Amino acid sequence: MTAKVNYADVEVGTEIPAQTYHVDRLNLVMYAGASGDFNPIHWRESLAKAVGLPDVIAHGMYTMAQGGRYVTDWAGDPGAVLDYGVRFSAPVVVPDEGGADLEITGKVEEKLDGNRVVVALTARSAGQKVLTRAKAVVRLG
Amino acid sequence: MALNRDFIGRSFPPSEPYEVSRIKIREFADAIGDRDPIYRDAEAAKAAGHPDVIAPPTFPIVVSLGGPGLADPDLNLNYAMVVHGEQRFEYTRPIQAGDVVTCTSTITEIRSIGNNEKMVIETDIRTVGGEPICKTYNTIVERGA
Repeated sequence: MTAKVNYADVEVGTEIPAQTYHVDRLNLVMYAGASGDFNPIHWRESLAKAVGLPDVIAHGMYTMAQGGRYVTDWAGDPGAVLDYGVRFSAPVVVPDEGGADLEITGKVEEKLDGNRVVVALTARSAGQKVLTRAKAVVRLG
Repeated sequence: MALNRDFIGRSFPPSEPYEVSRIKIREFADAIGDRDPIYRDAEAAKAAGHPDVIAPPTFPIVVSLGGPGLADPDLNLNYAMVVHGEQRFEYTRPIQAGDVVTCTSTITEIRSIGNNEKMVIETDIRTVGGEPICKTYNTIVERGA
């Protein structure tokens, strides 16, 4: 259970390379099935619009999962993540045609004892911040 | 409709034991598009120091989602108007294949924010043997009509 990034090699402000993840309706259908969250706002356009949304939106947890993937890909071991929290500030709108892109950036915000660091994430889709206060605590090698 | 404030502080009985399978972890990893072998290959997981395949950091939502308390009609929750406000996981260790877990949830907060209702549900996920795995903090927002 050891991260591949060394604590000694990062500083406050160290940036993690940005990643873009594409999301299509298929991803949301798969996520609904895998997670058990079948709220129709994530797959039925007419219902999403009827409740005032612009279109089908991604599950917040799908978006959060992409942030988690971003952190674990960087750290090299998912077991190194000790704490992970986000606030969902705007929905990721996923049109039937073309889907949506999710752009994630991150940097080391704080170095803690025990080789732990706080990673602050940003996530944007269609120019809007979709996650705020997104932070993970990761134990580095 | 306003959520029923009588539910603040209410804890629900532990959920039925949930047995975490390798195939469920793989299905979840596939759904989030994460190809990491540690989620699907026991040998890769062992090489990284885990006893079996482990689950992605957001997997605990699968076992903690919903809960019987939220389905109680007395709570007045309109599920169609619910959006997810915040989510946090505090891990003691990753969930791994073979774990049999139960969740104990408590509604810790209900309050109005403008026309919306905000509710925080704290869930303690443990193995049936009592080993702590993860605490989750789930904030949902019921949008006002």
